[in-house]
Amino acid sequence: MKTVFLEFEQPIAELEAKIESLLEVSGEKEGEDGATTVDLTPEITRLRKKSAALTKDIYAKLNAWQVSQVARHPQRPYTLDYIRALFTDFEELHGDRAFADDAAMICGLARFHGEPVVVIGHQKGRDTKDRQYRNFGMPRPEGYRKALRLMRMAEKFQLPVMTFIDTPGAYPGVDAEERGQSEAIARNLYVMAELKTPIICTVIGEGGSGGALAIGVGDVVMMLQYSTYSVISPEGCASILWKSAEQAPLAAESLGITAHRLKSLDLIDKIIHEPLGGAHRDPDAMMENMRDALVAALSDLREQPLDGLLNARYARLMGYGKFKETRVR
Amino acid sequence: MSWFQKIIPPKIQRRVQAARKVVPEGLWSKCAACEEVLYRAELEKHLDVCPKCGHHNRVGARQRLNYFLDEDGRKEIGANVLPVDSLKFKDSRRYTDRLTEATKAVEETDALVAMQGTVLGQPVVAVAFEFRFMGGSMGSVVGERFTRAVKAALAGKRPFVCFSASGGARMQEGLLSLMQMAKTAAALTQLSAHRLPFISVLADPTMGGVSASFAMLGDVIIAEPNALIGFAGPRVIDQTVREKLPEGFQHAEFLLEHGALDLIVDRREMRTTIANLATQLMRRPAVA
Repeated sequence: MKTVFLEFEQPIAELEAKIESLLEVSGEKEGEDGATTVDLTPEITRLRKKSAALTKDIYAKLNAWQVSQVARHPQRPYTLDYIRALFTDFEELHGDRAFADDAAMICGLARFHGEPVVVIGHQKGRDTKDRQYRNFGMPRPEGYRKALRLMRMAEKFQLPVMTFIDTPGAYPGVDAEERGQSEAIARNLYVMAELKTPIICTVIGEGGSGGALAIGVGDVVMMLQYSTYSVISPEGCASILWKSAEQAPLAAESLGITAHRLKSLDLIDKIIHEPLGGAHRDPDAMMENMRDALVAALSDLREQPLDGLLNARYARLMGYGKFKETRVR
Repeated sequence: MSWFQKIIPPKIQRRVQAARKVVPEGLWSKCAACEEVLYRAELEKHLDVCPKCGHHNRVGARQRLNYFLDEDGRKEIGANVLPVDSLKFKDSRRYTDRLTEATKAVEETDALVAMQGTVLGQPVVAVAFEFRFMGGSMGSVVGERFTRAVKAALAGKRPFVCFSASGGARMQEGLLSLMQMAKTAAALTQLSAHRLPFISVLADPTMGGVSASFAMLGDVIIAEPNALIGFAGPRVIDQTVREKLPEGFQHAEFLLEHGALDLIVDRREMRTTIANLATQLMRRPAVA
């Protein structure tokens, strides 16, 4: 698959295009007459090095808005990609047993290094048809209720829960409101706060507000290096506070939505390193990084007795917030 | 300005203007729904509900608790918890400036007021949102005062009542405000563990992150008549789906019909209804 380059990556795209054409030329010539081929390999190697250096340079200085572009990259690995690469014996389980199945939310049983776990994650689509089918990764109440059902099942059978967060937000539609979008999200927050089994949450792309948090309360919260997590989309924030969606880059900066910033605010536990140029440039390497992070998190949680785990989770939730306190008169 | 007004010293001038402004607006008000001109004292006697058409006006946090709690035995909780600008957030204005401005205009330090007291003699802990304070938005202070109030309810074995009126999470506190949803929801698990009722009252408007956390987690969920309640705002929905919104969409009566609420209660009946519910859930004798 050809890499899609973002606007700020155009200099990289140009170099890559040059490499591509050199590869083509050398390929063709070899086909015609191997003997007279000018060896282009050194030039290609030189350009590849240059491209990598340039990528490194650009990615070292990404601003929050650019990070959010990477987080939404159309080729970024999605939940199902992680499930396929890192889990075995996956059985997708469908439906909330009340109204419908929601394709924007994937739930199921799978083995992680042989050990059964419950996997829950938002799912986006790759092409137009798939995107529509997945509702752009925006769940309706039945999606959250399916996740809730599976969490309860995890608790009952003492399986750890692993969630993968990647949504622009909960679906803002008439039907979603009619079926209680608010209640569905709220219920998950409540249940996850006291669920008697370990929960590991990882933001793999977009952590869009309440729709993300509804599968985001746990014992360990991790973020991929170029993922985002925010109370409102930069566009939404800009259109409200700046009265113009054009100011989204400014809003992104102000909101502090990057993994780096959120780690420094103590709102997440760990940043999972991405390959050069983002997860989509080297999915295999990304999968390995993710595997390592999940193994570490799981073995860490396994060592803790359940009541200690629940107390720590509660204490962590109660600790959220920054305020000052004057002496009581 | 006439020549006479011009020669009045500025100090007096200001006083005259202020007086002029206050008198007519303070004494009389026009109902936003039926346009009936109402005597302010009469309206207050009806707890800011239009005696003619039943329209529920928005009320401030302190006034709401004033209407709800018995006069004696009130004690405020968490008033010493105050906001900080941890992100150094600045849009067209600084967050700190917005805070200062709101504090001055509303005479509250943040968007939630918490108190313990009694209702018809029954001990409770009650919190109320101040919508005029940055749209009643929930940031760290709201979350902290809320959880402290829950702790007070736990300590005193009292039922917990929350009056919501909020646009949602406070953007100026970034992800910290989103996490208040998780924090407040988690606090409620403790009330449940100790079998203390949580009665959630949704006033106009209850939206976004407030609606999608504690507000929808009441053992009993009550709404005031015609209150706007929902997750996404009607404007956002309209822009996203571009379909005509159904009649009465996201209003209390619509939610009741769709099974999202237990009941709709007139503000003037709130004290008796909540005392009745709470005493039954606490298995206490009925209120005399």
